[in-house]
Amino acid sequence: MEQVRNIGEPILVVENVSLAFGGVKALQDVSFDVCEHEVRAIIGPNGAGKSSMLNVVNGVYHPQQGHVTFKGVRRQDMNSHEAASMGIARTFQNIALFRGMTVLDNIMTGRALKMKTNFLQQALWWGPARRDEMQNRHKVEEVIDFLEIQHIRKTPVGRLPYGLQKRVELARALAAEPEVLLLDEPMAGMNLEEKQDMCRYVLDVNDQFGTTIVLIEHDMGVVMDISDRVVVLDYGQKIADGTPDVVRADKKVIDAYLGVTH
Amino acid sequence: MLYRETGQFKTSYAADQQIFPLRQDRIGVVATLLVAFIVVPLVANEYWLEAILIPFLVFSLAALGLNILTGYAGQLSLGTAAFMAVGAFGAYNFELRLEWMPILGSFALGGVCAAFVGILFGLPSLRIKGFYLAVATLAAQFFVVWALTHFNWFSNYSASGVITAQRIEIFGFYFLTGQSKYLLVLAIVTLLALAAKNMVRSETGRAWMAVRDFDVAAAVIGIPVMRTKLLAFAVSSFYCGVAGALYAYAYLGTVEPDGFNLDLSFRILFMIIIGGVGSILGSFLGAAFIVLFPILLNRFAEPFANAIGIDLPSGMSSNLELIIFGGLIIFFLAVEPLGLARLWQVAKEKLRLWPFPH
Amino acid sequence: MQFFFEVLIGGLLAGIMYSLVALGFVLIYKASGVFNFAQGAMVFFAALTVVGFMEQGAPLPLAIGLCLIVMILLGVATERIVLRPLVNQPQITLFMATIGLAFFVEGLAQGLWGAQVHALDIGIPDTPIESLMDKTGMLISQFDLIAALICAVLVTLLAVFFNKTRIGRALRAVADDHQAALAVGIPLKQIWAIVWAVAGFVALVAGLLWGARNGVQFALTFVALKALPVLILGGFESIAGAIVGGLIVGSSEKLAEVFLGPYVGGGIEGWFAYVVALLFLLVRPQGLFGEKIIERV
Ligand SMILES: Nc1ncnc2c1ncn2[C@@H]1O[C@H](COP(=O)(O)OP(=O)(O)OP(=O)(O)O)[C@@H](O)[C@H]1O
Ligand SMILES: [Mg+2]
Repeated sequence: MEQVRNIGEPILVVENVSLAFGGVKALQDVSFDVCEHEVRAIIGPNGAGKSSMLNVVNGVYHPQQGHVTFKGVRRQDMNSHEAASMGIARTFQNIALFRGMTVLDNIMTGRALKMKTNFLQQALWWGPARRDEMQNRHKVEEVIDFLEIQHIRKTPVGRLPYGLQKRVELARALAAEPEVLLLDEPMAGMNLEEKQDMCRYVLDVNDQFGTTIVLIEHDMGVVMDISDRVVVLDYGQKIADGTPDVVRADKKVIDAYLGVTH
Repeated sequence: MLYRETGQFKTSYAADQQIFPLRQDRIGVVATLLVAFIVVPLVANEYWLEAILIPFLVFSLAALGLNILTGYAGQLSLGTAAFMAVGAFGAYNFELRLEWMPILGSFALGGVCAAFVGILFGLPSLRIKGFYLAVATLAAQFFVVWALTHFNWFSNYSASGVITAQRIEIFGFYFLTGQSKYLLVLAIVTLLALAAKNMVRSETGRAWMAVRDFDVAAAVIGIPVMRTKLLAFAVSSFYCGVAGALYAYAYLGTVEPDGFNLDLSFRILFMIIIGGVGSILGSFLGAAFIVLFPILLNRFAEPFANAIGIDLPSGMSSNLELIIFGGLIIFFLAVEPLGLARLWQVAKEKLRLWPFPH
Repeated sequence: MQFFFEVLIGGLLAGIMYSLVALGFVLIYKASGVFNFAQGAMVFFAALTVVGFMEQGAPLPLAIGLCLIVMILLGVATERIVLRPLVNQPQITLFMATIGLAFFVEGLAQGLWGAQVHALDIGIPDTPIESLMDKTGMLISQFDLIAALICAVLVTLLAVFFNKTRIGRALRAVADDHQAALAVGIPLKQIWAIVWAVAGFVALVAGLLWGARNGVQFALTFVALKALPVLILGGFESIAGAIVGGLIVGSSEKLAEVFLGPYVGGGIEGWFAYVVALLFLLVRPQGLFGEKIIERV
């Protein structure tokens, strides 16, 4: 995969993060960094702590130890809202769409931070509120075109097939125009064709908008294909970190994967 | 004219985001409003205006308020009546204590008082969810009624907190007849319903629904969850507060704190369950149902029972009412959780395709 | 000081009754994940049914026996008609359905037996215990004490039932995970029916005691409202929590009424427990004995 992108400085740095739920140590002393414009994969067997790692990065879980530095701001505890306003968006492993809303409304929520009018103006549907709505709608339509979901705009998300729901969730994240996009198993449960589409979208996002991507994925083919560097977690610990080729050859990684069926 | 969308293409986002994108719907709404504002006052008698239409509108407004909180923002409240009480007593005190305060100002400020009380009792929603929160709103229900009864400053030192609403006067015009009160209430309810519709179709409403459907995802996308919940409490309570003020001023005239009891809160909850959770139209349909049903039951249950040879003991119709309401709630929750509004929508969709169903 | 103890003991005795009603809630909640708002209506229904049978000439034990059968039928019917169609719905929907159920049961009770206040005599005199009065000067009603004892016995029995018997253990499994329970062959529907029947029995006892104390009337339904703060304090899933919560609510509201009430005009019993529970929630949202859960995403 030949791509001409200039991968920059580390934009996101995770240092010595540990997270436990009661007795379960989901993450132990994990450190890694993510550089601007790169595609960074996190892999590992089930229960390795991958999702927990993303949850720490955007403030859904709060680690007992360690720090996360994003764009030069160092925090022990991110909070979700702050993470979003600093430019982190994400999708979830188990689709987290707003089930009672249409596709369009779901994606519009991605613009929440860009809306500048308050509820009183909106109650009057007054000039500024209306303009605000139109401008953001415009942006959302771009995302809809980009992901080719025009035909389902007005459909309640609950009625969509799984693959499309995943795409709508990506659309919602993209609508926020994030600098870093965290994707938790975006291709899980998809058929080959859907997977290929999704891969293409992810690469296009990275390519066209320069968005940094952190991706969790079980499909090794996909991971090796599209990522620049890979972090491997096992039982909450980092066991390898490097380019796909290096990681693939790593003894510990092979052992971790041999012990687990996928 | 047929109910069709053919030939109505949207050429701009603005057109697409209209409240009623279909021309036939727009005509329907205008017609309804014309009937409500012009025909009804001309033909309805005092009984219909005072005993049915005014309470219907007042309860619609309260149901709308509750629907904002419960239907849109997903926070179940069992304290609706308490917020209505705050609105009623708030308006009364502004009217009583500030000579210069116009009556509409008092209604609005009553609503604002309710909004503050709503925020106060909504604070627990930041930490608790579901029926834990419902129990917290029960605290509001009991506390507010108690406070209004026991601190009789609120009722200008009347016995057991009874207040008699002042006359409604705007620019020298007194709203004394059922007709004039009906029109005033109708105007207020129409405006507030429009404002509610505008809120729910813009960012405010989307944030409410997002928090309702998946709060973690909402936070992650940048929606301020706490502020969104508290705003829902504030706006909802404002609506309930204004409804409470109208309940006192335009409907009953004399109210006491005990009138705003848990039973009233439940009734308003029933309105939105039957009418449609998360639907503005549903608030009106539900209110109509709950207001009209007992009247119809009273009118027809006894003759019907007599006709088939049963002797209904006195008080039976109120028990029947409880049984039927209770049964309907269970029925709607199980069979049509989106209520009458959804049935209406389904009917419209059928009509759109009629006479070729496929 | 002696007066303080008198109030405290009175409060604790009332608190045990709250515990009993709260246990009815906990039982159903653990087994079927339903917060049964109709519990209060069931208490009312049970008491009214006993009185109704007695007014038809049945002696007390027979009336209780008949009522027990009716309560079991009611419980089973509820499981069938209300819960089954709503299975897998969000908890809040189930909760609202039980509000509907409460209305239904209240209407049914009054429709069957009439809405007037009935006296109920279960043969325990409501007089102060003399020996205690002589020794310490405290006025503690014999009725309250015996009622509390009955509740305590029942509460213990229920706790044992839940923790030690096979059905109880099955119940706990159900509470933890419906799907898994089904998978290992626990007959969910039977379990639910049993639980609703037991809850009906609890309602019957509570209805008898309360009805005998204050007369059988609509106000009995408010007993459920007393139990709610108990549940908040104790956590919806904890038997120990229901017991301790009941005692806390019972004693604190009586003490508050007597020692705080006069300063604010009295009548604070109605909401004091709620405010206590609410403040408590702000500090410990998971209740006294609940475990803190971090939502998975
Ligand atoms: N909210 C939570 N509460 C309790 N335990 C949790 C929570 N979230 C995660 N865990 C535990 O932490 C560990 C890591 O979970 P995590 O979801 O991060 O794994 P994962 O690598 O994403 O696995 P998978 O490939 O199955 O998605 C697991 O043992 C899991 O049970
Ligand atoms: Mg995961």
